Amino acid sequence: MADAHDTESNYLTATSGLKSWLFTLDHKRIGLMYLVGVLTFFLVGGIFALVLRTELLTPEGGDFISAVTYNKMFTLHGAVMVFLVIIPSVPGALGNFLLPLMVGAKDVAFPRLNLLSFWIYTLGSMFFLFTLAAGQLDTGWTFYTPYSNTSGTAVISATFGAFILGFSSILTGLNFIVTVHKMRAPGMTWNKMPLMVWAIYSTSVIQILATPVLAITLLLLIVERTLMVGIFDPAMGGDPVLYQHFFWFYSHPAVYIMILPGFGIESELIAVHSRKHIFGYKAIALSSVAIAIISFVVWGHHMFVSGQSEIAGIVFSFLTFAVAVPTAIKVFSWVATLYKGSIEFNTPMLYGLMFLFTFTIGGLTGIFLGALSVDVHLHDTYFVVAHFHYVMMGGTIIAFVGGIHHWWPKMFGVMYSEKWGKFAAVFIFVGFNMTFFNQFLLGQQGMPRRYWSYVPQFQQQHVLSTIGGYLLLIGFTIIAIYLVHSLRNGKKVGSNPWNAQSLEWTHTASPPIEHNFHGQPRVENDPYNFPEIDRTGSAHH
Amino acid sequence: MILSLFTAPENADAPAAAAEAAAPSVPLPPVETAHPWAMPTQASTFAESTDNLYLFITALDAFFFILIMAAMGYFMWKYRRRSKDQKTSSITHSGIIEFLWSAIPTALLLVIFVWAECDYVKQSVAPADALDVRITGQKWYWTVEYPKYPGVSLSSSTEEPALTLMVPKGKPVKVTMTSTDVIHSFYVPAFRIKKDAVPGRYTQAWFEATRVGEFNLFCTEYCGDFHSQMTGVVKVLEPEDFEAALKRAGVLEKGEGESMADYGQRIYKRRGCVACHSVDGKDGTGPTWQGLWDKTESMIDGSTAKVDDQYIKTSILEPNKQVVSGYAPQMPSYQGQLDDEQITAVIEYIKTL
Repeated sequence: MADAHDTESNYLTATSGLKSWLFTLDHKRIGLMYLVGVLTFFLVGGIFALVLRTELLTPEGGDFISAVTYNKMFTLHGAVMVFLVIIPSVPGALGNFLLPLMVGAKDVAFPRLNLLSFWIYTLGSMFFLFTLAAGQLDTGWTFYTPYSNTSGTAVISATFGAFILGFSSILTGLNFIVTVHKMRAPGMTWNKMPLMVWAIYSTSVIQILATPVLAITLLLLIVERTLMVGIFDPAMGGDPVLYQHFFWFYSHPAVYIMILPGFGIESELIAVHSRKHIFGYKAIALSSVAIAIISFVVWGHHMFVSGQSEIAGIVFSFLTFAVAVPTAIKVFSWVATLYKGSIEFNTPMLYGLMFLFTFTIGGLTGIFLGALSVDVHLHDTYFVVAHFHYVMMGGTIIAFVGGIHHWWPKMFGVMYSEKWGKFAAVFIFVGFNMTFFNQFLLGQQGMPRRYWSYVPQFQQQHVLSTIGGYLLLIGFTIIAIYLVHSLRNGKKVGSNPWNAQSLEWTHTASPPIEHNFHGQPRVENDPYNFPEIDRTGSAHH
Repeated sequence: MILSLFTAPENADAPAAAAEAAAPSVPLPPVETAHPWAMPTQASTFAESTDNLYLFITALDAFFFILIMAAMGYFMWKYRRRSKDQKTSSITHSGIIEFLWSAIPTALLLVIFVWAECDYVKQSVAPADALDVRITGQKWYWTVEYPKYPGVSLSSSTEEPALTLMVPKGKPVKVTMTSTDVIHSFYVPAFRIKKDAVPGRYTQAWFEATRVGEFNLFCTEYCGDFHSQMTGVVKVLEPEDFEAALKRAGVLEKGEGESMADYGQRIYKRRGCVACHSVDGKDGTGPTWQGLWDKTESMIDGSTAKVDDQYIKTSILEPNKQVVSGYAPQMPSYQGQLDDEQITAVIEYIKTL
């Protein structure tokens, strides 16, 4: 039905000029601006990573960069990727674009607040850019005290940047929660929401509950450094381990801020491209909520060897295993969705399947780190680096890239080259696993993380990792080229090229019109009720 | 020894003579693992149990990963789209399957939790008769002292990962750690132990070495510029050799007929000065000692000071009182660590440079 409107203007063409973007209240344009910001910083963070990998080609430090530069590079890689890329990636870019469309609303609940979130994100990233110009940062992205109290680098501007970015996150979360509660189209009950909406909703809850703690912590750190009030620094009577408690009280839930939206994308990719109703809708939806809740009480597993009490360690270990179960349920449900489906191996689906491979490894290796005695050996080694990248990159980034491919035709009304898409996906898959899989082995042998030079016996494996890193660079470069190319030369698509059933596909054009829908859409259908589903002879649940 | 396949062969080449701690270039023990998929040498009583659990989780993970991937691969092949209007199943959920795939992982995770927890508790409580060792982390070396052997002190340094910790085989050792600056972490892969050394508090760990040899010691909490060189060597000795070797290596006293400057040079290497101050003019974390004596330094507060006895002594005991411009105030104090004779020796050594 939406095809009838294809000749009229869409959100991209409705108004023009720089101001029409910078001051837009349209969630779709705000989403695109986030996308540009996130991808720009992904490039920056990626370059930092390749500099690190290049230095690690040889065990001796210093044949590419000095120790001081190396420490700055891994700090900036982590800080940029976490605060400027992964956290805003799915909620800020895809979530902003999709959430109102998916629930059948004209916009988010508070469009002006939404623009403010984006501007706060921009302001926060300015502080990071300023940090780069003013002596960089060498504390690690975690800003551990008392190191960060004494570091001579631009700690204050970086922490202040992260502090500001937190507000962007909080306001976006607030906006999304109200949108989901108040603006769903008639007929869209909670059980008819696409799982992407459930995931973003759960993420938003964590964002507004956990991020203020980070804000307070970073503020305390700034107060300590500028006013010399002893809070975390033992030289002034503070407690450095208290900082770790505060920091991880935010940052562990934040790991789920980073991964839950990826779960949402994964549910959409797997269901739409296998033409099957998602298996275990309720289990997937409620497990997101369960994860959101339990994630608040597992922070101490970052501190098993920090000197926190053994009893605390045992309790946190137990709770950590508890959070593993809902995650396992999701993976099983996605695989089960493939059963008796009609699976098409297009580019978005390749990333969906790749996610199942890489994220499953990421999840399973978390079990080692949750197990107390094993963690004592693996803590702060490359095993943790590998696990974290399998979850954050193999999970969130792979899902994000899949999501960009899935919703690209909706965002721009054009299709990219499938051939190049698949070609690049192979590079990403091989490059990713080559970079990170053998880091598990490095870790089990005792290779500590954040090392500029290392024991010569690890060289071969480091070389392999570095080659994998370059393959990733090639893969992402190909993606960037064919996506940009498709904007001008891509084949025009109709409103619903995947024949999906959620509102952003069925009720509006590609690209959507400025106000999303003509009239108020009404929801009769389940978002996973595909026409191919065979209803003869079996009862529909 | 269900892990024999996964562990490296014995570290056979333990040098017989006790190494002089300041001996030039003690290399890191070269090979602790036989191949990339092996765990490091098992050299403490904890290692075998930790490795067994590691192997158990690996086996369980591998089983489930293969199961999940096999199901996925089979579905991908069997249900690939052959025609555009291919029908799909209307199945949406299954109570029994969902219960099973929630309950089975829960049960297995509980087993892992209990196993790991029991081992961890064992690691938390040192036996009463354990040998007491005090370890201090500072940028970027470790200092080790033995309350039972006053005057004995070992340390690592960034330029020469020297002998850091000596322990007897078969005797429990309790390490009590702290740090004088930022957080460091004491990690001996062969012992499977790790604990943060936190400024302002004491943390404890213990182990019982089961194998004579030399093993890597790493700092695993990022601590600044030369974090990756804050490594050292743990040497495990037969109990009957231990005391004598420790005293040979650990007592830092002026030798018979040794000049003060030579003694100062030994202190320079043994007490970590070498970590930050070069003697060949190269710029380090702190100013080089070459040509330092009698020089006039300008301070970050704008004042100037002439390098004389008093200046060096103050710099050693209250290092952050006056800081040379261009350097950060981050040197740990040596109050209580060097006596007057040793400070004098260091001064004499600096005069010769």
